[in-house]
Amino acid sequence: MKAQAKSLLPILVALALLAAVPLVTTSNVVLNFLVFALLIALVGQGWNLLGGYGGQHSFGHAAFFGTGAYVTAILQVRYGVNAWPAFALGIFAGAAVGAVIGALAFRSGLRGSYFALVTLAFAEVLRIVASVAPITGAGVGTLVKLDLRWQALQFQSRVPFYLIILALVAVSLVLVRVVERTRFGAWLVAVRENEDAARALGVDTTLVKIGAMMLSAAITAAGGCFYAQYYLFIDAGIAYGPWISIEALLAPIVGGVGTVFGPLLGALVVKSLGEATKLLAGDAPGLDLVIYGSVLVLVVAFAPRGIAGLLADLRRWGRRAPAGALAEADHA
Amino acid sequence: MPEPLLRVDTVSKRFGGLLAVDRASFDAPAGRITALIGPNGAGKTTLFAIIAGFLRPSAGRVRYDGADITGLPPHRLARRGIARTFQIVQPFAGLTVAENIAVGAHLHHASRARALAAAAAVARTVDLDGELAKPAAALTVAGRKRLELARALAIEPKLLLLDEVLAGLNPSEVRDMVPVIRAIAARGVTIVMIEHVMQAVMSLAGHVFVLAEGRVIAEGAPQRIAADPRVVEAYLGHGAAQRMMGAAR
Repeated sequence: MKAQAKSLLPILVALALLAAVPLVTTSNVVLNFLVFALLIALVGQGWNLLGGYGGQHSFGHAAFFGTGAYVTAILQVRYGVNAWPAFALGIFAGAAVGAVIGALAFRSGLRGSYFALVTLAFAEVLRIVASVAPITGAGVGTLVKLDLRWQALQFQSRVPFYLIILALVAVSLVLVRVVERTRFGAWLVAVRENEDAARALGVDTTLVKIGAMMLSAAITAAGGCFYAQYYLFIDAGIAYGPWISIEALLAPIVGGVGTVFGPLLGALVVKSLGEATKLLAGDAPGLDLVIYGSVLVLVVAFAPRGIAGLLADLRRWGRRAPAGALAEADHA
Repeated sequence: MPEPLLRVDTVSKRFGGLLAVDRASFDAPAGRITALIGPNGAGKTTLFAIIAGFLRPSAGRVRYDGADITGLPPHRLARRGIARTFQIVQPFAGLTVAENIAVGAHLHHASRARALAAAAAVARTVDLDGELAKPAAALTVAGRKRLELARALAIEPKLLLLDEVLAGLNPSEVRDMVPVIRAIAARGVTIVMIEHVMQAVMSLAGHVFVLAEGRVIAEGAPQRIAADPRVVEAYLGHGAAQRMMGAAR
């Protein structure tokens, strides 16, 4: 129990710091930036659970993000469902899509790049279907009616939105930390490290991977639900577009795959870089993608364990005797 | 006479034009150490993969613990008590030794603390308890072989399939490992071992089956097998046995 509490402490500290931001500033620019960064952290945490812990690198998490967004929006607009249950149903729908894609991909034994390609294909199919199907508003998209009341999960101020996305990120952090310490988590990591060895030790690898995909999809779908509620507009390109699949994998890879804080760190760093680029270069289209690409190459080449890995190394050096630490750092 | 714990009954495995296992049959009685020997490419590892559920036989049946287990997937067989080690060790390289063993221990222990405690206990039986916190990737060859063994033991098997756990070890490491395997058998675990280190086969196995070109060509007590002309021929080529006899005369 004690170990459990201790492992949650860093999460509480990080959340407390982030929760204090609205006390310092209520600037819409700052909050807008943080809301979007936290949204990416949430979506990335979903990817991280499957890709970072399970080693199944999806290139199509847009499938879950978009499903969450569309279900939340369509239930409200076309069926008059209240925003709160619509939000919850969006998460369930995302999980269901995860289970279906997972079952199809994993039962047919797809691994590695084949799995990545199949997930990308599913997301693209959903995007194309959403861009022509009447229920999604086809090319026009879906607009959620403005109704600035908490009952409708809409707010005049950015602060409540900020706290909601922070709460969702909090849940995802705790969830992943808990998974790390369960049998399911141990089996999931075993699947990542060596699938045959895991099978020989009694791990039903297909079931573990499908379970991870469902959880992963649910977390990412929550991001989609939030997106629909925050921006009140989605179309096929936003909901199922490859942009979100890329954001979902970029944040954890930059931050540190298979670590609890990787997606949050990565999202904050990547989004800060993106903003800095905009300040320096104006709104030149595609420039942020150039930056993302460069960062990704640098991280994969020089820090394969991401920022979290770098921090862990730094801490280890810090613990050693100061003399000689620099010399060793040069060798490492 | 009771049915043996494991009965491989005229099993064949064909890969395209290659008949890797050709109507092989053997029994492994409960509580004993049975050895499977034979030249490289004889089909021993393929046979292990079939028993452990990693491959489906093209023909024949595998019976275990009174039931037909042919074609069941590996994780189901592991739950029934069949553990295997891999000839080419397959550690979870990114995990510590303790976490590696705990993956196996989780089969019977849901809680992480219990699984880690069970892992520590298993590590003691193979003399790995000093290295629990090390990353698996940092182990020596001998250490990795022990880890392979420890992980398999962690699922509390009734039948342990050891695929060349002594290969790649130096003579003193082999001498250290032999009592470890004997102690596992003494606890009532039935062992089938593929092994090239004849010194170990002689001292450990009660019964030896010789596989060559996918077929069981001889069986018997280890001392008798070593003198069997068919076995000598399988290893050294046609006519070798005769020449050796001639030289002896």
